[in-house]
Amino acid sequence: MMRKVLVTLAILGFALALLPLAYRAGVQDRPGALAAGYLDDAPRELGAANVVTAIVVSYRGFDTLGEVAVLFAATAGVGAMLTKKRLGPDAASGRGTPATEVLRTATGLLTGLLVMFGVYIFTHGHLTPGGGFQGGVVIATAILLNLMSRPESRLSHGLMTGIESLSGAAYVALGLLGAIFALGFLDPRILPIGRVGSLLSAGSVPLIYSVIGLKVGAELSGILEALKGDRE
Amino acid sequence: MNALEVLAKINPVAASGAVLVLVGLWGVMAKPNLFKIAVAFSVMETGVNLVILSVGYIRGRTAPILDSAADAASASARMTDPVPQALVLTAIVIGLAVTALMLSYAVRLKAGGGGSSIESYGEEKW
Amino acid sequence: MATDIAILAAGILMIAAGVGAVLAKSLLVSIILSGGVSLVASAVFLLMGAPDVAMAEAAIGSGLTMVVFLYALARSKQADAEDSDERVESPASETGGAV
Repeated sequence: MMRKVLVTLAILGFALALLPLAYRAGVQDRPGALAAGYLDDAPRELGAANVVTAIVVSYRGFDTLGEVAVLFAATAGVGAMLTKKRLGPDAASGRGTPATEVLRTATGLLTGLLVMFGVYIFTHGHLTPGGGFQGGVVIATAILLNLMSRPESRLSHGLMTGIESLSGAAYVALGLLGAIFALGFLDPRILPIGRVGSLLSAGSVPLIYSVIGLKVGAELSGILEALKGDRE
Repeated sequence: MNALEVLAKINPVAASGAVLVLVGLWGVMAKPNLFKIAVAFSVMETGVNLVILSVGYIRGRTAPILDSAADAASASARMTDPVPQALVLTAIVIGLAVTALMLSYAVRLKAGGGGSSIESYGEEKW
Repeated sequence: MATDIAILAAGILMIAAGVGAVLAKSLLVSIILSGGVSLVASAVFLLMGAPDVAMAEAAIGSGLTMVVFLYALARSKQADAEDSDERVESPASETGGAV
């Protein structure tokens, strides 16, 4: 009884706190000064057609570096939590039922296409909606299909760790190059800006977003594989 | 009539996001099952994302991507606010990682022989 | 105006699915309903002019999150099946339906 009253009170308090937000949000008719600055400057300064990409990769790129680090920490945590040693010797011994013919055939057909689509999404992140995170997830989906169609298979850990650490190092290296040859850490203007709307434009933004895409794809695949089990 | 005017002023996205936050909060506080708590957290996360995005929403404007509908000269007059979008984009990815971590704790606790109710771990929840 | 009506309908759908996800007795149903909340939310993001966020939400929020939940559920069921003969649990704590 006491508990129900407390829960109700907490929810009512939160509702009261959220009420002004629900009432006032979205009433502005023009973006604020910062947003207007980003909208006007991103195409001119950085040559990026997608302003959200310009913010994520360049203006707030340091934030994204921290985010990728958090993602890495979470992956490491999931992997450390779900080892066979911690879960007991019998916990992960149950093999799943073998995959059906449909799943195995579709996996063979779709894996290449999905990886290609993921690469397309993150190399065109500065032109169209999408980018490293979405592309990385599409690549992780391709790996998930393979994990499901062959329950006994295992990701090559050396390859995954290699991709992840190389792309992380490349991300920091591209940032440092920006600090040395341009105006600051993760400044994309170390390469020519180019014409807005062409694939080779926006300086190093497509390179940085591709590196983020590979890193996110490797990390999410690691999470999926750890949760799937059967790990040594 | 007056109540109708008040209702018309409420932003539907922010309102539904706020209600989802409350629903998720209720689930986190009232449900004992560890997996149900994780589900409630993910509902709450979706609600928070909706609220954040609705703050930068400007009626009738296009997405912040240059194309034939909005060129560089008229960008800030025709596009919505891109800053909340960049924030929410990172929040979604972090949300998946945090959910996976939460679930692996739940699996681990359960494999340790404690059962999936939060009340079986030592003290009462309240 | 059409956008507003669509957003309103999506909001009602999301709230219904969210309440269903918290109330459902079966964990599988509640996982699927929370994936549904994310899927409708990604449609709302698209209507609000945020295609980047909509893509991320559709792929991560309703795709991979559900896979992660289902894998975790399968593993906990597996742990259940292995030592169910040693340990007897009350059914109320299993379903999580008791408030």
